[in-house]
Amino acid sequence: MDASLHFDCLVRLADDHMILGHRLSEWCGHAPILEEDLALPNIALDLLGQARILYDHAGKIEGKGRNEDQLAYLRLERDYRNLLLCERPIGDFGHTVLRQFYFASFMGLYWSECQNSNDQILREVAAKAIKECAYHIRHTGEWVIRLGDGTDESHQRMQNAVADLAPYVGEMFHMDETSQQGAIAGLIPDVSKLAATWHAQVAPVLAEATLETIEVKPILGGRSGQHGEEMGFLLTDLQFMQRTFPNMTW
Amino acid sequence: MVTVVSSIAWDVAAEVTDPEIPMLSIADLGILRGVKTLDDGKTEVSITPTYSGCPAVMAIEMSVSAALAKAGFDPIIKRVLSPAWTTDWITPRGREKLLAAGIAPPAKASNSIHALFGETQVNCPQCGSHETERVSEFGSTACKALYRCQSCAEPFDYFKCI
Repeated sequence: MDASLHFDCLVRLADDHMILGHRLSEWCGHAPILEEDLALPNIALDLLGQARILYDHAGKIEGKGRNEDQLAYLRLERDYRNLLLCERPIGDFGHTVLRQFYFASFMGLYWSECQNSNDQILREVAAKAIKECAYHIRHTGEWVIRLGDGTDESHQRMQNAVADLAPYVGEMFHMDETSQQGAIAGLIPDVSKLAATWHAQVAPVLAEATLETIEVKPILGGRSGQHGEEMGFLLTDLQFMQRTFPNMTW
Repeated sequence: MVTVVSSIAWDVAAEVTDPEIPMLSIADLGILRGVKTLDDGKTEVSITPTYSGCPAVMAIEMSVSAALAKAGFDPIIKRVLSPAWTTDWITPRGREKLLAAGIAPPAKASNSIHALFGETQVNCPQCGSHETERVSEFGSTACKALYRCQSCAEPFDYFKCI
């Protein structure tokens, strides 16, 4: 397989996990209850752990001597290829749990398919991540139901979250040139084939939460490095230490 | 091939404890997967993380390296992901130690991810009561959940089944 294609496919996946992990970490010390102050950073840790292995692997495939830190901290905004869904600001707690529920439900399917990948490391990451994902889906799914089918206020906020995140759902299942080539090469799953199952899994939870599903035209861009304006602020925070003290280690 | 030398190295590595669950050795926990002597004389120790992002892994790897170096070995640590760690690998001795430390050991036989969704019965490690409730899916470390006993009212950690 072409090394640059292989690298691109791995970095996308790593970026999804690191950027979303960073967003979740913003809740540390700010979550509405103590249990969530433990839960959200715990989920973030799982995502960062997955991202680290993927960056390390991608760096070796690329063969230019970049390690996980250089890939995570020292690229420019346009070089990050995460889904726009993952970089959206945390919003209120409802936004955060709904986004996590969407993403975990997607990754549960994605990792399952990755068990057939011809990349051994991807298969190994997947085997571990499937179990972690199952926890994330259950935890966030329970919150979606509790808040959606809760008070008038919590219901309205969850319905707003559904509307706000609706344009970012489609990108998860969008196939561009890189994802097509990666799927043809047997490296990553064809995400367009995961859409129906994803909707079938998410719909009953939204229904139980008394939330109305909204379908709108998807906004794309993350996979080609075109990010929302919030991404720059995120990277400023994320990259601060490495930019200020280059090559620092803890 | 298991040699006498690597068996001694195993014993040295097996004594290293988990910094977040100090009553358990890495052998009790089942994350020490193998020790072998390489052709160049180095000792390769395979360790698997409990969770992808477990922050204790690096500390454990450093402790194992230090313990082996002190015992006269030239260690290399290999982090293995597959097969993925499962709580079924915690040894019977490890389960007893968890219970003695007030942490409910994981339910057994977690081969399928469906085990995660079933309602598992968790007994209170203090009084043994079945009347317990889950307070939080996530606890003080990535591998634990927080429970409360409705009989003796004590909160306790449950080692999650994965």
